[in-house]
Amino acid sequence: MSKLDRSEKLAILADAAKYDASCASSGSVKRNSAKSGGIGSTGGTGICHSYAPDGRCISLLKILMTNYCMFDCLYCINRSSSNVRRAAFTVQEIVDLTLDFYKRNYIEGLFLSSGIIRSPDYTMEQLVEVARRLRVVHKFGGYIHLKTIPEADPELLKQAGQYADRLSINIELPDDESIARLAPEKDGKLIRRTMDNLGKKVREAKAERKSSRKAPLFAPGGHSTQMIIGADASDDAKILTTSDGLYGSYGLKRVYYSAFSPIPDASSNLPAQAPPLLREHRLYQADWLLRFYGFSVAEIMQGGSAGQLDLNIDPKLAWALQNRARFPVNINLADQESLLRIPGLGGKGVGKILQARRFTALRLTDLERICQSVKKILPFITTVDWHPGKQLDSLNLYDRLKPPPEQLSLFPA
Amino acid sequence: MVADFRGGNALAKSTYRISLLSEVDLEGWRDHARRLLQGGVAPDQVTWTVEGRGNSGELDLSPPAAFPEQSSDQIARPVRISKTLLSLINSALLHSNEDRFDLAYRLLYRAQSVPALHRNPADADVLKLNRYAKAIRRDIHKMHAFVRFRKIGASEGREQFVAWFEPDHHITEAVAPFFRNRFTGMDWLIVTPGASIAWDGQKLSVGPGGCKEDVPQEDVVEAEWRTYYANIFNPARVKINAMKSEMPMKYWKNLPEAELIPSLLEQAGTRVEAMVAGAPDDRLFDSRTDEPAADRPTSLDQLYALLEQQPDAPRDKFSDRLIHGIGPDHADIMIIGEQPGDQEDREGKPFVGPAGQLLDRALEQAHIDRQQTFLTNAVKRFKFTPRGKRRIHETPNVGEINYYRWWVEQEIRLVNPKLVVALGATAARSLTGKAVTISRHRGEILPGPDGRSILITVHPSYLLRIPDEQGRQVEYAKFVRDLQLADNFVH
Ligand code: SF4
Repeated sequence: MSKLDRSEKLAILADAAKYDASCASSGSVKRNSAKSGGIGSTGGTGICHSYAPDGRCISLLKILMTNYCMFDCLYCINRSSSNVRRAAFTVQEIVDLTLDFYKRNYIEGLFLSSGIIRSPDYTMEQLVEVARRLRVVHKFGGYIHLKTIPEADPELLKQAGQYADRLSINIELPDDESIARLAPEKDGKLIRRTMDNLGKKVREAKAERKSSRKAPLFAPGGHSTQMIIGADASDDAKILTTSDGLYGSYGLKRVYYSAFSPIPDASSNLPAQAPPLLREHRLYQADWLLRFYGFSVAEIMQGGSAGQLDLNIDPKLAWALQNRARFPVNINLADQESLLRIPGLGGKGVGKILQARRFTALRLTDLERICQSVKKILPFITTVDWHPGKQLDSLNLYDRLKPPPEQLSLFPA
Repeated sequence: MVADFRGGNALAKSTYRISLLSEVDLEGWRDHARRLLQGGVAPDQVTWTVEGRGNSGELDLSPPAAFPEQSSDQIARPVRISKTLLSLINSALLHSNEDRFDLAYRLLYRAQSVPALHRNPADADVLKLNRYAKAIRRDIHKMHAFVRFRKIGASEGREQFVAWFEPDHHITEAVAPFFRNRFTGMDWLIVTPGASIAWDGQKLSVGPGGCKEDVPQEDVVEAEWRTYYANIFNPARVKINAMKSEMPMKYWKNLPEAELIPSLLEQAGTRVEAMVAGAPDDRLFDSRTDEPAADRPTSLDQLYALLEQQPDAPRDKFSDRLIHGIGPDHADIMIIGEQPGDQEDREGKPFVGPAGQLLDRALEQAHIDRQQTFLTNAVKRFKFTPRGKRRIHETPNVGEINYYRWWVEQEIRLVNPKLVVALGATAARSLTGKAVTISRHRGEILPGPDGRSILITVHPSYLLRIPDEQGRQVEYAKFVRDLQLADNFVH
C-alpha cells in the first residue's frame, strides 16, 4: 500500500472522528501565551471557529490518532471487523497539524482520540506524548481534550491529566449488559472505575489549587463522557438514570448524547436506521433540566410515556402538562424555583424577571420586552393584567402547544 | 444646591455640537460627557458628530456653543455612574449606529437621578443600550472566531501572518489584546476596512484600514483545512439553519471553508443512502473450481489416497508428505487452518506445533472438545524455504490454495459438519475462492454455499506474532470469543 500523505490521513481520521459528539472547548482555566511567548490561549468559554452544515460547531481539530482498532465494538466504525480505509498519524504529524491550524486561527485546540493499537497502554502513551510535545516543546496554550483508554495504566491517565484540559472516557452504552453484548472487549465496571479515579484526581487537584497556586493542574476542564442513543434498546428513562448517576457519582462535567448514526459497513447486529435526531435533542433538553433546573429523572419522565420522552414537545412542557395543578404561576410573586419550572422560560428570562420585579409589578408588555416569546408561556402564568382563565384545563392544550409538524426527516429540502 | 438635571434651566435653549476625533474616540466622548454633565446640559441639547464623517448633508457652519461656565459648586458635583452602566456604555459606543453617543449620554444623564436605571430591563433606553452592547459582544466574538490568518513568511525565526476581516462595528482596536495574548509567539497583522492592528512580538500598533486585496489570497494549509471541514461533517445530520444562525452568510466570503458548503449539502443525501444501505458483500463466495478427473471419493481414506496419487499437485518447495485431517468423520465443527508446519510435517498430524497448542488452549476455554472436532488444513502439504538446517514456513500462493480447494470441499462434504471454521486468510480464501479481509467478516456466522454455515476468524499463529503482551491478550480473548460463538451455534 502506498504511503498516505498528511492530507489523506486527515481526511480518513477526521471522518472517523465525526461520530463523536463532544466538541466543546469550554470550561477550563484561563491561559494565554503573553508570558510564555508561545502560541495559544483559553478563555474559559470556547470559541466556535466554524460550523459544519450539520449545525455543529467546529472549535477543535477533532481527529483520531489512528482508526485501526483491535477492539470490535459493534456500533463503532473503527471496530476491527469494519472494512473502512485505515490510516495512522505519527505523533509529530498531529502536533504539527494542530499548530498549523491553530496559528491560522482555525481552531481552539485539539480533541484527540484513537482506536486501540498494539495495546491500550501503547495507545495511551502515544496520546499523552502528543499532548506533552504540544505543551512542553511548543509552549502550546490552546485547549487539549484527550479521550482516555480505560484499560490503560492509571499512571498514564495521571500524565494525561497534567497536559490536557479535559479528559473523557466514553461509556457509550447505558448498561453493562449492552456493553458486554455490543462492546465485548470493554467492561462497564472498569470504565466506571476509571471514571471514578479520574473524578477523584480532578477534585483533589482542584482542592490543592485552592491552598496553593503552584499545585499542578489536573484536567482543569473536568471530565466528560458520551452515550450512543439508539444502538441498543435502552429507553430514555434508562439513559437519563445512567446520566444522573454519572453526574452524581463521578462529578462529570458533561454527558454527551450521540444519536446512533448509520455507519458504513455497519454490523448486521445493529439497526440500519438512525434514531430520530429529535430524540437526541430531547435528551439534551432533559439533561439540562437535570443539571440546571432541579428536576429529577422521575419528574422528567412524568411527561413521557412508557419510559420514553415525548418527541412532540420539550420535556419541560411535557412535565407541566402533567402537573397543571401547579400552574398558573404568578410572575410577580413566585420564587425562582417555580419560575424556572414555567415551560418556555429559560434561566436568563427568569433572571431578568427577578430583576425587573424590583422596579415594577410586571405586566404583559414588560414581559414581552424581557422574554423571547410570551405566547408560549401565557397559559402558565399570571401577571398584573393577565390570567389564563380556564385555558389550563382545556383538553386540547397539548395540541395547541405542540409545534406544527415540521420536517423531521434527515433531509430538509 | 442640586441642579435640575432634567433640563429646563437657563441653558436649555443653547445647543452643543460636540465633534469627536474619530469613531472610536471614547476618551473624547467621556471627557465631553463629563463636562456636559457637570454643566447640567440636557441630552436633547447636545449633537454628537465625528470629524470627517460625511454627516447628514445639511452643513452646519455655526460654531459650537461654548460650554456653560461652571460654578465651583457644579465642578464639585460628583458624576455618579455605576460600573455596570459604564461598561455597557463602553461597549455600546463601538456600535456603528450614529446615535450611540447620544444614547449613551442620555443614559448617563438619566442615571444621575435614577442610579439603578440600568437594572431596569424594561426601560426603552436601557434596552437599546443593551442591544448595542450585545451586538458589540457578538461582533467581537465573531472576529475572534472568523479571522483567518495566512502565512506570508518568516523573519528572524518568527513566522508572519496576515488576515483580512470585515467587522460590522468599530471593534478592531478593542480585539487587539485578545490576538496578542493568543498569538504572542508569531508576528501578525489584521486588516479591516476601518483600521489595522499588528503585533511584532514587542508591541501592538494600530494603523489605517485597508482592503481585501492588501492581504494574500491563499495559504498552504488552507486545502487541509477544507479537507478537515468536509470530513468532520456528518451528512446524516444536515441542519443548515442552525449553521446559518451561528455563521451568517455575510461571513462566508472570507472563510476558506465556506465555499464547500453548497456541494457538501448536495452530496449529503447520496452519502447517507450509501451509508444506510451499507451494501453487504454478496459476492463473498466465488463459484467452485473444476473437479479433477477423479471420481468423488466416498470416504476420507479414499479422498486422501486419491490425493496422494495426483500427479499435478504443486511440488515446488513442498514437502512430499500429505497431512490428513484428524478427528471424528462426523464432527459438528470442522476447523480449517492454513497448511501443516514444520512440526506437523514431521509428526504427520495437523495442529501439533505452537499454533496448535494455542488453539488447544483456546478450544478448551471455549468449552469445545478437541476430540469431537475435525481439524484440517486448506493446503495439505508443508511449504517452506530451507535455511541451513531449518525449514522456514512459506505462505502458499493463490494457485496452490486453489489447487486444494476441491479437495477441501470434498473433505467438508464427507464430514458434513454443522459449522466450518476458517482460521486466517488462507483458509478463508480456500472456502470462498476470494481474498477475504478477516477483520471484516470475523465473528459472524455467514451462510456459505450449499447452505453451509461458516465462521471466519484469525489463525492462532497470528496471535503468536503480536509483539505486545497486552495486545496479545486482547486478541486472544477475541479469538476465544469467536470459538465460543461456534460452540453456541452447534449446540
Ligand atoms: S475501542 Fe473505541 S475505536 Fe475501538 S472499536 Fe471500540 S469504540 Fe471503536
